[in-house]
Amino acid sequence: MIRLDNLTKIYKTTEGPVTAADRISMEVPAGEICILLGPSGCGKTTTLKMINRIVQPTSGRVLIDGEDTAELDTQTLRHNIGYVIQQIGLFPNMTIEENISVVPRLMGWDKTKYRNRTRDLMDMIAMDPDAFLNCFPHELSGGQQQRIGVARALAADPPVMLMDEPFGAIDPINRAVIQDEFLKMQKELKKTILFVSHDIDEAIKMGNRIAIFRAGQLVQYSEPDELLAAPKNEFVESFLGDDRALKRLNLVKVRDVVNDTIGTVKPSDSLETAHKRIEEYGYQNAIIMVNEQYQPVGMVAASVAKNTKGYCSDHNSPMPAQVGLDDDLRKVVSLMFGHDITWAPCVDEKERLCGQITQRTITHHLSARHAMQTAKKPAEVI
Amino acid sequence: MIQFTLANFDTLMSRTVEHIALVSLAVGIATLTGVPIGIAITKSKRAAQIVLYVAAIIVTIPSIALFGIMMPILSIFGYGIGYVPAVIAVLLYSLLPIIRNTYTAINNVDPALREAARGIGMSPNERLRLVEIPLAIPVIMAGVRTAVVLNIGVMAIAAYIGAGGLGTFISRGISQSDPRQLIVGAVAVSLLAVVVDYALLALQKQLTPKGMAKIIQAG
Ligand SMILES: Nc1ncnc2c1ncn2[C@@H]1O[C@H](COP(=O)(O)OP(=O)(O)OP(=O)(O)O)[C@@H](O)[C@H]1O
Ligand SMILES: [Mg+2]
Repeated sequence: MIRLDNLTKIYKTTEGPVTAADRISMEVPAGEICILLGPSGCGKTTTLKMINRIVQPTSGRVLIDGEDTAELDTQTLRHNIGYVIQQIGLFPNMTIEENISVVPRLMGWDKTKYRNRTRDLMDMIAMDPDAFLNCFPHELSGGQQQRIGVARALAADPPVMLMDEPFGAIDPINRAVIQDEFLKMQKELKKTILFVSHDIDEAIKMGNRIAIFRAGQLVQYSEPDELLAAPKNEFVESFLGDDRALKRLNLVKVRDVVNDTIGTVKPSDSLETAHKRIEEYGYQNAIIMVNEQYQPVGMVAASVAKNTKGYCSDHNSPMPAQVGLDDDLRKVVSLMFGHDITWAPCVDEKERLCGQITQRTITHHLSARHAMQTAKKPAEVI
Repeated sequence: MIQFTLANFDTLMSRTVEHIALVSLAVGIATLTGVPIGIAITKSKRAAQIVLYVAAIIVTIPSIALFGIMMPILSIFGYGIGYVPAVIAVLLYSLLPIIRNTYTAINNVDPALREAARGIGMSPNERLRLVEIPLAIPVIMAGVRTAVVLNIGVMAIAAYIGAGGLGTFISRGISQSDPRQLIVGAVAVSLLAVVVDYALLALQKQLTPKGMAKIIQAG
């Protein structure tokens, strides 16, 4: 756990003192990613650099697991804090292998240990060790260099990571890929991470918590969904953008809002049974038909069920779309708009039907202040 | 001329070796002292100004005058003439290019690299050894080359105070009105400067960290 306690930095400049960080107090729980977000010059980098004492605080304290960092040996402290600087900063005189293994070598690891570690890290960042380890930084693309920078910071397996716009130099497509890789890694490694970003979308995607800075002050410190649902003031609101409600869609998975009561018919059921079941559930348009494995195979229209005789298998119409439990609501909304539908069946990893999601569930979720409160799902009309 | 060269080939060779040895000794000592001084003054702008100023003044003293100053001082210790004042003069001349290049090179190391080095927990010494000096080597070596080439000429003049080396041909050629000796000496000094410059360039490339070779060529 990292605790900042009234952390303040005042730079003395020729034009007088500049307060770059003004009594910042916050806590990052162990194993979480905290994003420092805010406009240029608001003090994000300064705050970050006070944690590994690249910048000496004017006043205030930084505590890591309860220990005041001012009382620790600076070198030891830094060996235990992975640092990714914004400018990447790979050493041009060292090979990729030497760059990645530099902290373990400083700490006196033996050769087999740090060589193995280097190879593991290359796998982790999805780069081929045999192709790259003997290269020099200038032979790599910007994106590859940035990944090596992250690997270097991870090398000695530090419990804490400080990352200053670590994916800033990467084009949007590759950035998304690297963000995903990093999140996957974090799921296993559970580091405590402070991560500076300019980009609200990156913050929402990567952060367990987001700290919004303005002119050296911490304005709001919340979980992403809470931040988007309830910005504290107009500054935060304008910083988040007019489409913040839509941004929340990214944060919610189908799993969180799915309604698992759903009526179905089997192909062998008669249309009479289908009609009864449609009435019973109060559906207006259609009912889903599932096979033996409970996988949706199509639907029977309410009008057909009501006015026709026969079996469901003969009156099956195709389903326009279905969604997975791990899809986010943004994808669901996009599907609904694309197919002009107001609901979609949800399936699990084995394509088995496990519920449904409606436009109303989604709008209801967005209008509610907290995600948790909408967990009790309202009755649905299909 | 060719006859003269062949007839005195052994002497020519031994004087060349002598010349190289004297310049190497002087520039060697200058490197061993100049590089640490160059590094040390990166810590203080004021000290850097003073040291670079003094070194620059020394270079402006004509070599004959420098020998003139040194002879009475060194004769107190019994080294008024011979190779000692010559080596000291060359050493003093070499300090400026070496100190200045070292200072500039270390100071010009990308601040981002310095911050990265600090951030991952390198001590100041580790930073110098693993990052700053390797990155500064090409520029430091360029300073050493300048010093060597410059001082191959200065050392030739030192023959007048009995330092030996190729300058002996020139000084004798003048005093004995013997153009053969004069020309052989002058050509040998020039050739030596060119050859040594190339040899040091090759060494500089050898010492330049591999990862930087391309960057430097491209830049
Ligand atoms: N070494 C310094 N000396 C004087 N002022 C500084 C120094 N470093 C930063 N500042 C000032 O402190 C303020 C905060 O700077 P900081 O670099 O922390 O901002 P930032 O939020 O990281 O901005 P950006 O998004 O542009 O990187 C700015 O006004 C900056 O000009
Ligand atoms: Mg910054």
